[in-house]
Amino acid sequence: MSDFHLAELFSYYNVVLLLKGLAATFLLSVIGCFAGFVAGFVIAILRMTRSLALAPLRAAAFTYCFLFRRIPFLVTLMLVFFASQSSKLELSTFSVALVSVCLIAAAYLGEIIRSGLESVHKNQWEAAQTLNFSYLESLRHVIVPQAWPIIVPPTFSFFVMFIKDTALASQIGVMELTSASKVLTNKGFSAALVYGTVLVLYFLISYPLSRLGKRLENSLAATRNRRP
Amino acid sequence: MPQLEIVDLKASYGSQKVLEHINLSVEKGEIVSLIGPSGSGKSTLLRVLMGLLPPEQGTVRLDGKSVNYANKAEVRELRSSIAIVFQQYNLFQNMTVLENVMITPTRIKGWPKAQVEADAIRLLTRVGLAHRLKAYPDELSGGQQQRVAIARALALKPEVLLLDEVTAALDPELVTEVLDTIRELASEGITMFIVSHEMSFVREVSSKVVFMADGLVVESGSPQQIFDNPQEPRARDFVGKILRH
Ligand SMILES: Nc1ncnc2c1ncn2[C@@H]1O[C@H](COP(=O)(O)OP(=O)(O)OP(=O)(O)O)[C@@H](O)[C@H]1O
Ligand SMILES: [Mg+2]
Repeated sequence: MSDFHLAELFSYYNVVLLLKGLAATFLLSVIGCFAGFVAGFVIAILRMTRSLALAPLRAAAFTYCFLFRRIPFLVTLMLVFFASQSSKLELSTFSVALVSVCLIAAAYLGEIIRSGLESVHKNQWEAAQTLNFSYLESLRHVIVPQAWPIIVPPTFSFFVMFIKDTALASQIGVMELTSASKVLTNKGFSAALVYGTVLVLYFLISYPLSRLGKRLENSLAATRNRRP
Repeated sequence: MPQLEIVDLKASYGSQKVLEHINLSVEKGEIVSLIGPSGSGKSTLLRVLMGLLPPEQGTVRLDGKSVNYANKAEVRELRSSIAIVFQQYNLFQNMTVLENVMITPTRIKGWPKAQVEADAIRLLTRVGLAHRLKAYPDELSGGQQQRVAIARALALKPEVLLLDEVTAALDPELVTEVLDTIRELASEGITMFIVSHEMSFVREVSSKVVFMADGLVVESGSPQQIFDNPQEPRARDFVGKILRH
C-alpha cells in the first residue's frame, strides 16, 4: 500500500510539480536574501549618515524599517498583491511574492546591519574622520570590517527563518513548495509522505545556508576583528 | 605670523559649556603644553581644532587663514596639515600596526606604497615597535598602542601635531624616548600641542605652557613662569599640588 503510494507520488508529473515548487521557493529565498541584504546595506548606510541634506531619506529609511518589521508577512504580501492589482502593473503572483520578500528582507536586514555598524566604537569613526577618510572610505576600511562579525550571525539566522516564511506566498497562489504539497495532499497522497518530502526539500535549501553562515562566522572569529 | 591662532573660541557639548574665551597663538616649531585638572577641557580644545566638535564662536587661523569649520573642503584641508594622537589612541582595531600607519598615506593620500612602507617602518622603528609590525592593537599594551598612534600621525607629515596625554601610558624609560622624538620633531619645524600630566616633561620640552581650568585659559606663559612663578591663584594651587607629588 505505502510502496504503491511512494511510486505514485514520484510520478513524472508530481516530481515536476515538486521541482517547480522547489525552484520557486529557492528563487524567492535566494533573491529575497540577496536583494534584501544589498538593499538593507544601503538602508543601514543611509541611516548612519549625519548630514542635514540626507535627513528626509534617513527619515524614509527609518520609517520603512520601522513599519515593515511590524507588519505581519502575510499582510505585506496582501498589500503588494492588491497594490499590483489596482495599479496597471499586472504583476504575476510570483512577482508579487518576490517584491514582498525583498521588501520584508530589506527592512529586517537593514535593521540588523545598522545595529552591527552602530556597535563599532565611535572613536573609530573619529580617527578615520581626522585622517580625512570620507564617509564611505570610513565604512569600507574601518567600520564594516569591524562590524562584520556582529552582522553575520543574526543575518544568517534571519535567512533561515526567512526561507520558511516564503511559504506564505502560497496564500496568493504562487506555486512554491508549500502550495505544491497542498496540491499533492488534495490529490489524496498521504500527508505524512508529502510533507516529509517537502521537509527534506526545505532542509536542502536552508542547511547549506546555515553551514555557510557558520563557516563565515568561524573565519571572522579567526581574523582578529575584535572591538576595543 | 603665528602658525596657529585661536581667538575667543567657545564650544559646548549640548547645553554644557566646555570651552570659553580661549585665546592662544603658536609659532611654527613651538611646543605648547596644555595642563590643567581633569575635565578642564584640554581634550575638547584639541577636538575642536580637529573639527570634531564645531566651535560655537571664535576663530581658528592656520597660517593666517581663518578656518570655517562648517565648510567641508576647508576642514579637509585643515586635517591634511594637522594630525592628532588621541588620548584613547583610537587605532583601527581591524588593522595591524603596519596597516594602521600605512592606510592613510596609501589609500587616502595616494602616495606610492613602497615609499610609504619604508617610511612607516622607519617611523615604527623610531618609536621602538619594529618587532610588532604584524600585531593587532588589542595585542599591544597601552604605551605601545600610543606609539603606533604617534607613528600613524607622523606618517602624514603634518605641520601641526596634537598629542593628547602623550606620556600618560608610558613607562619612564619610554617617556625619555618619546620626549626625544618630540624634541626632534620640534627641531624639524613641526608645531606641537601637547596635553600632559607629566610636569617634568612639560617643563623640559615646552616653549609655552597653557594652564586651563573649567574651560578657560587661566594663565599661559613660559614654563619658568608657570612653574616657578604662577600669577593666578588657581594655577599656583594646581602647580603646587602637582609638583609636590
Ligand atoms: N562627548 C561628550 N559629551 C558631553 N560632555 C563631554 C564629552 N566629552 C567631554 N565632556 C565634558 O567636557 C568637559 C571637558 O572634558 P575634556 O575631555 O576636554 O577634559 P580634559 O581636560 O581632557 O580631561 P582629562 O585630563 O581627564 O583628559 C568635561 O566636563 C567632560 O565631562
Ligand atoms: Mg583629556
